[in-house]
Amino acid sequence: MIARALVSRFGPLVGIAVAILLALAVAVPALNLLVPAGSPLHVPTHVVVLLGKWLAYALLAVSLDLVWGYCGILSLGHGAFFALGGYAMGMYLMRQIGPRGVYGNPVLPDFMVFLNWTELPVTWWGFQSFPYALLMVVLAPGLLALALGWFAFRSRVTGVYLSIITQAMTYALLLAFFRNNMGFGGNNGLTDFKDILGHPIQGPGVRAALFAATALALAAGLLIARFVVTSKLGLVLVAIRDAEARARFLGYRAERYKLFVFTLSAAMAGCAGALYVPQVGIINPSEFSPANSIEAVIWVAVGGRGTLVGAALGAVLVNAAKSWFTGALPDYWLFALGALFIVATVVLPKGVMGLAARLRPRKAPLPPQAPVPAQQPAE
Amino acid sequence: MAAPLTSALLYLDGVSVSFDGFRALNNLSLVLEPGEMRAIIGPNGAGKTTMMDVITGKTRPDTGDVYFQGTHDLRRLDEAAIAELGIGRKFQKPTVFDAHTVEDNLLLALKAPRGVYANLVHHLSGAQARRIDEILETVRLAERRREPAGALSHGQRQWLEIGMLLAQDPALLLVDEPVAGMTDAETAETAELLRRINRTHSVIVVEHDMHFVRELDVKVTVLHEGSVLAEGDLDAVSADERVVEVYLGR
Ligand SMILES: Nc1ncnc2c1ncn2[C@@H]1O[C@H](COP(=O)(O)OP(=O)(O)OP(=O)(O)O)[C@@H](O)[C@H]1O
Ligand SMILES: [Mg+2]
Repeated sequence: MIARALVSRFGPLVGIAVAILLALAVAVPALNLLVPAGSPLHVPTHVVVLLGKWLAYALLAVSLDLVWGYCGILSLGHGAFFALGGYAMGMYLMRQIGPRGVYGNPVLPDFMVFLNWTELPVTWWGFQSFPYALLMVVLAPGLLALALGWFAFRSRVTGVYLSIITQAMTYALLLAFFRNNMGFGGNNGLTDFKDILGHPIQGPGVRAALFAATALALAAGLLIARFVVTSKLGLVLVAIRDAEARARFLGYRAERYKLFVFTLSAAMAGCAGALYVPQVGIINPSEFSPANSIEAVIWVAVGGRGTLVGAALGAVLVNAAKSWFTGALPDYWLFALGALFIVATVVLPKGVMGLAARLRPRKAPLPPQAPVPAQQPAE
Repeated sequence: MAAPLTSALLYLDGVSVSFDGFRALNNLSLVLEPGEMRAIIGPNGAGKTTMMDVITGKTRPDTGDVYFQGTHDLRRLDEAAIAELGIGRKFQKPTVFDAHTVEDNLLLALKAPRGVYANLVHHLSGAQARRIDEILETVRLAERRREPAGALSHGQRQWLEIGMLLAQDPALLLVDEPVAGMTDAETAETAELLRRINRTHSVIVVEHDMHFVRELDVKVTVLHEGSVLAEGDLDAVSADERVVEVYLGR
């Protein structure tokens, strides 16, 4: 019933995906907490955590697909927005430790005491409050995207130059967060979390709740993204993607549209990072590494650019493959990933979603997908 | 708002544009009165398209004045602002949004607020839907309304772009080679359509097809090497020796 309502408003793909996510948000915690450990139906906690991690990655992929698939902005720095959201959540979790740290300082996290700091830096103020931390999860990446986009889009930086700028951004943040005097824990990052909202973060109840929250956040992300791309604004985004100059001659200020969707996407990526960190128990500067952002691009390409659901699916599939490889053939994962990317772009230009559509031709119109992503300059 | 400098709708005076030393426009002056339709002819490379680029903000002139409605200095405005003022353009190479359906192309062009928020919460009104239906009939694309524009033939893309101009409903239409790739019958229809549009809009048409220009039956400006070579009705300029030499007599 819910599924049917979702399908009629948001289309079959997103409708079904959201219905599945809602079901997972209930079923996985239930099978983890309520079914006894011996039963074949029991979902062990480590699996819950693994799935939760994948869904957080899926939300990152959806956010990236929103800008890349629909507006042609190939961000090679989306991992930075993810990491900033993760740091905001990590800072809240650090302050939750309170006097239980090694040094027992009621306010300062251990690494600050270790550095002989006596006062909490301004950047850490307010993070004892969960709502404030949530606000920062969205604001920190959102404002960074707004500032970067404002300069880049106004100067009409596009294509590969824009990609390079975003890559440089995440690299610069990687270097900055490595520095101890930035006050974000240096290369160790933030870890040894104890509680979230007063509940022990390692407890099975919290694990299950975090999974459910991530599934719901991914569902919400899909619905928001779908709402945006099916609005008239979504038509403008695709118009800008395929023929930016033409859109301008119709009176659309391409830079404002790009700024809107880039900022929205960054905030969404921040939420993904914030859900990821309490599940993996650590956030450190390596999350800013350019390779992470590039991996996210591969998820989207594998799943199918410009399909939203495909991006989420791609993230889950590639990470499932990664888990298997790092267990069975750890040395070959990067080769496999590279091969996957090549196969996806050469053989499956529309990714797994394109393959599914080809195997089972239906009348359901897929979102507009341009044959060539290159800009056609209006003459 | 400052008092209009001129009663002309469009006023170009002494406009020059150079590309790497090559003068594409050379001291070009042209005045279009409100409600007028003007045909521009001239050999390849005469600067016809470059003139449209200057008017629509794509190319900045090195020197010269460009005024719209006597008060708007087009040199200071960007493409989107000029479009919002009411100058619409059909490109020489038909440029439509290939991934979008025919009707979505028209919806994007339809006169409506261009802001981000307005488009996020946009709902198609009954009047807008009817207008799109009307235009689809006019440009003969009603049957193909739900097909992607990328699937259209060259001639149909021309028509779609003309339809987008109709949807945009600008005060001034700049139409660059509208009948290239059309059959004779389609060409005649396009001339008829432009004459109809001209009842309520000002138009500048660039075209090489002399039959078409004759059917428009309007004042003609001949461009050559970036400036005006001759101006007048078609018979008068056709009789001009210099025009025959550089263009018609080819
Ligand atoms: N962006 C540019 N950079 C360099 N040269 C240009 C540019 N745009 C136009 N030109 C040159 O300026 C001259 C005028 O070009 P324009 O396109 O305005 O001619 P036209 O009159 O429209 O010709 P046609 O009838 O072939 O369309 C040509 O020689 C062209 O090569
Ligand atoms: Mg031309």
